[in-house]
Amino acid sequence: MTFLDYAPAPESTSILGLRDEYGLFIDGEWRPGGGTSFASVSPSTERQIAMFAAADEGDVDAAVAAARKAYRTVWGPMSGRDRGKYLFRIARILQERARELAVAESLDNGKPIKETRDADVPLVAQWFFHCAGWADKLDWVGLGAGPQAHGVAAQIIPWNFPLLMLSWKIAPALAAGNTVVLKPAETTPLTAMLFADICQQAGLPAGVVNLITGAGETGSALVRHPDVDKVAFTGSTAVGREIAKALAGTSKKLTLELGGKGANIVFDDAPLDQAIEGIVNGIFFNQGQVCCAGSRLLVQENIHDAVMDRLKERMATLRLGDPLDKNTDVGAINSTAQLERITRLVDAGIAEGGEAWSAPCELPKEGYWFAPTVVTGVEASSTIAREEIFGPVLSVLTFRTPDEAIAKANNTPYGLSAGIWSDKGSRVLAVADKLRAGVVWTNTFNKFDPASPFGGYKESGYGREGGRQGMQAYLKGGK
Amino acid sequence: MTSPRPASASQALAPAERAVQLLGGDLSEVALRQHLEGLPTVDAVGLEARAASFGTRSIKTTSKAAALDTVIRMIDLTTLQGSDTRGKVRSLVAKALVPDASDPSTPRPAAVCVYGDMVGNAVEALGSAWSAGKDDGINVAAVATAFPSGRASIGVKLQDTRDAVAAGADEIDMVIDRGAFLEGNYGKVFDEIVQTKDACRRDDGTYAHLKVILETGELVTYDNVRRASWLSILAGGDFIKTSTGKVQPAATLPVTTLMLQVVRDWERLTGERIGVKPAGGISTSKDAIKYLVAVAETCGEAWLDPHLFRFGASSLLNDVLLQRQKLTTGRYSGPDYVTID
Repeated sequence: MTFLDYAPAPESTSILGLRDEYGLFIDGEWRPGGGTSFASVSPSTERQIAMFAAADEGDVDAAVAAARKAYRTVWGPMSGRDRGKYLFRIARILQERARELAVAESLDNGKPIKETRDADVPLVAQWFFHCAGWADKLDWVGLGAGPQAHGVAAQIIPWNFPLLMLSWKIAPALAAGNTVVLKPAETTPLTAMLFADICQQAGLPAGVVNLITGAGETGSALVRHPDVDKVAFTGSTAVGREIAKALAGTSKKLTLELGGKGANIVFDDAPLDQAIEGIVNGIFFNQGQVCCAGSRLLVQENIHDAVMDRLKERMATLRLGDPLDKNTDVGAINSTAQLERITRLVDAGIAEGGEAWSAPCELPKEGYWFAPTVVTGVEASSTIAREEIFGPVLSVLTFRTPDEAIAKANNTPYGLSAGIWSDKGSRVLAVADKLRAGVVWTNTFNKFDPASPFGGYKESGYGREGGRQGMQAYLKGGK
Repeated sequence: MTSPRPASASQALAPAERAVQLLGGDLSEVALRQHLEGLPTVDAVGLEARAASFGTRSIKTTSKAAALDTVIRMIDLTTLQGSDTRGKVRSLVAKALVPDASDPSTPRPAAVCVYGDMVGNAVEALGSAWSAGKDDGINVAAVATAFPSGRASIGVKLQDTRDAVAAGADEIDMVIDRGAFLEGNYGKVFDEIVQTKDACRRDDGTYAHLKVILETGELVTYDNVRRASWLSILAGGDFIKTSTGKVQPAATLPVTTLMLQVVRDWERLTGERIGVKPAGGISTSKDAIKYLVAVAETCGEAWLDPHLFRFGASSLLNDVLLQRQKLTTGRYSGPDYVTID
């Protein structure tokens, strides 16, 4: 055994006290669902974790009714200061149970424990702390004095950051005085169920948070429910479009956080070693299953070969395998459907003349895996330069001048994120100013902060999450 | 030197093989400056984040046992005090010969590191265990060139080096002229390294290994560290070393990571492998193992070799021995169960 074959260092799952079956969390209680229960499997082993109830229209109705009642009788009338107390309490419990949540998230999603432990769960707690602070300061959110909550918020979240997306949705909604019905993705419902426990542990009044599991039909019933005042969705552009259509002509407020095809632009004066790290972090963080991933690398032509050599060398050191091992850098793909999509798109990229290179790593026999891959020789017209892959696949394009970099970066129907790598401050500012993306990182990538608004341009959606703008999405101007 | 050397293309510096091969015949101040300023810049936040990520690796069981032995083999067991005596050096050497009397399988450190005037004593105390430049025992390393400040005339620095080599030093740890470097006088720094390398030459034509101490705590910025590292390699250094241990901060993981990136780049460019030695401030096994992770994940496992990586340390050895005893026996002992030196 050589030094780099680090001995296994698996995080124990003994901290989890999982049930065999989870119901729906409605009005502060667990109840069975009307639909056919479904299993969630661990993507790294394909083993079943637990069964989850599926909410039918009757369950959705009950959840919305519980949220309405809680809004009218408890949460709406409650002072901001008291709402903040509950949110602070939840934030502290999230920190206390951080290890358990990190293990559960890694197990259910397939992402490395390193990420759930060091990124997902700490950010979840931060989000609640941040929003808790807003609860009694809503007059300063930018909507004038005495802004009002919308009422009942229907929230649908994706499978890539299950608990983090839950916190982005629930924390600002509750701080603003809304009650919520939230549906986690059907492949990753586990941490939402643990969050239900945390709501009970915090003594949150019944009906303020309702968590219903199910597939697309459940979500569709939820957003179409007539007694919902506000819809927040994070997921694919296709589903976002359906929701926007369904809500057209209603008084429901809508925010959408959809797909992306982020450009990561590397200029020839970039701090090279750090840019390589940023490229790796931009596309292989969470196996690239990140809406704001830096999936299009735009590298200045005169350093293309040097960057590729270093990037491949670095990719060869990534450790793919058991997500619960503390030394794992790249975990499993979330589902077989996602794995098929990634495979299909990469095949299309190769068929169109791209040259694919994958890090030399042994893929485990069980589970859903895709080796970190970089595709060079990609043109702006290539499928993999335009379609969101949502996997550990980097498409590489080159540019010659800053203007060309900006034009290529903006030449996408999406506009969620972008990155700039350059040592020259004036260039960074000038380029950032012209990029049509909601988030532009300079000399870093995939950094999140609850105080910073996050959201997209164009087909990446509308509305912002985080910061003052994120709070505004859950409020309307005062009387 | 009070001001940077005037930029003149005709002002040739002392010849140095690597620099000649890489830069051609023109080793003027201008050529050196242009070369060093053309190196990639360093983003401090990104470098520190990368270094921190090495610290999150979980090195357990068999990996930990192997790592601890590797750490011991890479230690330059050091005493560099004004109060050093022959007795103190003998005692240090005895510790190097028998690091842990309770476990004969314990490996020995790579070298003992002393001031130049103590080299003879160290050689004598090592006896047959002295490698004598033959690479099969414990080396004697001497700090030289008016260590630690380097503030002396070049003649004094070179004589300091020659004396140590004549007394048997297998390795010379020289300091660069940080003042000249910060003045932008790269040529002076370069010349002194070249001349010190020359002073490392033994009568039989072989050279004592030259470690070049950058004193990164005085260079302060990461860009300076990259340039000084590159300059030291160009001038003929066999190792680049972070610190004297007399200035704070001494070795840090980000600085060492950066220097490892430099030697990796040098290998990529020339195929030649240069060593790295962090010194000062690494006193626990846990920290030392973070450095091993940085070495292996930056340069590859080939660098986990005493010829290419060293720790300049005094108290580190005993902490590693305590951890080693814990792994062997399954229980923690205490400071009274390892010898103080």
